[in-house]
Amino acid sequence: MARAVSTRRRMFFTAFAWAIAFVIFFPILWTILTSFKTEGDAIELPPKFLFFQWTLENYGIVQERSNYLLFAFNSVVLALGSTIFALLIAIPSAWAMAFAPGKRTKDLLMWMLSTKMMPPVGALIPIYLIFRDFHLLDTRGGIIAVLMLLNLPIIIWMLYTYFKEIPGEILEAARMDGASIGKELLYVLTPMAIPGIASTILLNVILAWNEAFWTLSLTTKDAAPLTQFIASYSSPEGLFWAKLSAASTMAIAPILVLGWFAQKQLVRGLTFGAVK
Amino acid sequence: MKPVISGVLGALVFAAMATTALAETKLTIATVNNGDMIRMQGLTADFTKANPDISLEWVTLEENVLREKVTTDIATKGGQFDVLTIGTYEVPIWGKKGWLVPLTTIDEPDDLLPAIRGGLTVDGKLYASPFYGESSMVMYRTDLMNKAGLKMPDAPTWKFIREAADKMTDKANGIYGVCLRGKAGWGENMAFITATSNSFGARWFDENWKPQFDQPEWKATMSYYLDLMNADGPPGASSNGFNENLALFNSGKCGMWIDATVAASFVTNPKDSKVADKVGFALAPDNGLGKRGNWLWAWSLAIPAGSAKIDAAQKFVSWATSRRYTELVASKEGWANVPPGTRKSLYANPEYAKVPFAKMTLDSINSADPTHPTVKPVPYVGVQFVAIPEFAGIATTVGQIFSAALAGEKTLDAALAEAQETTTREMTKAGYIK
Repeated sequence: MARAVSTRRRMFFTAFAWAIAFVIFFPILWTILTSFKTEGDAIELPPKFLFFQWTLENYGIVQERSNYLLFAFNSVVLALGSTIFALLIAIPSAWAMAFAPGKRTKDLLMWMLSTKMMPPVGALIPIYLIFRDFHLLDTRGGIIAVLMLLNLPIIIWMLYTYFKEIPGEILEAARMDGASIGKELLYVLTPMAIPGIASTILLNVILAWNEAFWTLSLTTKDAAPLTQFIASYSSPEGLFWAKLSAASTMAIAPILVLGWFAQKQLVRGLTFGAVK
Repeated sequence: MKPVISGVLGALVFAAMATTALAETKLTIATVNNGDMIRMQGLTADFTKANPDISLEWVTLEENVLREKVTTDIATKGGQFDVLTIGTYEVPIWGKKGWLVPLTTIDEPDDLLPAIRGGLTVDGKLYASPFYGESSMVMYRTDLMNKAGLKMPDAPTWKFIREAADKMTDKANGIYGVCLRGKAGWGENMAFITATSNSFGARWFDENWKPQFDQPEWKATMSYYLDLMNADGPPGASSNGFNENLALFNSGKCGMWIDATVAASFVTNPKDSKVADKVGFALAPDNGLGKRGNWLWAWSLAIPAGSAKIDAAQKFVSWATSRRYTELVASKEGWANVPPGTRKSLYANPEYAKVPFAKMTLDSINSADPTHPTVKPVPYVGVQFVAIPEFAGIATTVGQIFSAALAGEKTLDAALAEAQETTTREMTKAGYIK
């Protein structure tokens, strides 16, 4: 009897979990479905869920009107570039803060995080002027630097948390065996923190991929990523939902696939150290 | 082997030089995503064929993103764009600040519709050339109007609109007599409400820039708007802008819709509209005070002062806004797809006169006067906006207040008092009120 109740409970929780997952995924599903509708069907009231005239016309129009590959290439370069440069700074910084903290380390960490609380528009004009004067407007290098700086506080915080979980004695043992700081970082600390570093990389790639304010403000055509590609299909006057949905589906597809394959690492990394 | 290498290198150098010679000037054009602008991008071969030394690069963006980006670029002289697509609101402000280059080579400037040209001219200089112009008008369901036993006049009054809306409303069957903008924003609900207020005798400011929301004309405007929408409008109207109302109208849910003339081509397109063959048009309503409740807007092409390619940009703007361009569109895609509302010659063309909404669009544009928009005198230019830099911010706040009143979160009197207080505070801060 007890076994039957347990099965029923398990079934209930499974169904409940699927229902929550469906609710969370629904906006993406709806975007994908809308991308296969005609503009007329896309605004139909009441909305049509599955029984409409399926069409690939929107994807054809989007391909014809925009250079998707250039936008996608820029997104990949910006996301990976900003992540790599951020890690080069963040790993030594987090190591120093975790294993050789000073008096003001906590304050420093809080200050870094506080920079995320400022509305980005407050810094737009000064950064725009710097970019103009250094000819960085619409360049991949310029926007990589901004995205890197933008996500650096979160990356340092995440790595700091992961590094704190690693016993200092192991590093001490390495030092006693004659490892230099570089070797200690590269051969002892990094392999032990791989799950944490992997989830930090994934999170940063996702954040950089989705960043819209700076990429829209500082790029126009050569360095413009997929955020600009999506923005070009929205219109305050006219029928655009189906085409916009097709563009959005094409823009989120790569990151969705990446997230799907990396979900185990992502969840493991995000919960790393959460339960003692 | 050496001669082969030299030959290849020579050919490459020649090819590179030839490419440079053919595409010496690359123009970057910032534009909004609408049908007319996208169509133009497909027809530019005509321009580049006649100007092989100029190549074009397009940056298409959503209107608000474009406005933000272009404003940042022009204010900082970033020089990222050579041609901008801007609205009637920006042109007088940016022209006065010296941010735009006066246009000197526009094709047949006297052919431009005077109302549109007036809105783009500062101190006698044309700072932008109109690509398409629009006003607002009444779009209504002829079948529902017949069922209600009424006949829509060509120039209805607000009283008639209320009567017709009451009779057409059939909430049990999901039919709402009237669909109007309620979504907050200076270009959303405030465009409609400001244009409507003109026909009720209201104005944003008196001659001394004192806000006028405490005057009876504004109370009459807002009282009419709220009563009408509460009685005959669709549910959740405070979230409805142009696109939401378009969706409702095309699905057959609205008896009447008062909005941009550009919507006429959408609601009469059988591919997207269920009611395409049942739509009639009329001028925006009035109250017999000499001003109708219609607005005036034009998406225009302008050249930022920071551009290093002004001559090439002038050539492009002249081509894109010329009579020849409209003929090119007509020859490729038919007269109904020609960008409307900019040139007298278009409306004198007997072929274009056959387009069902052509006359009503022209009459609507001609009945709006941006230099004298209100019954009482005002110190500003603009029909559905006030052409001062502070307006967008103030009107967005007032739009939020009025949207909250439509949602039932504020009373009419409280909304008007708040609008008066906010506007007075901002105008004092900006130095208009001493």
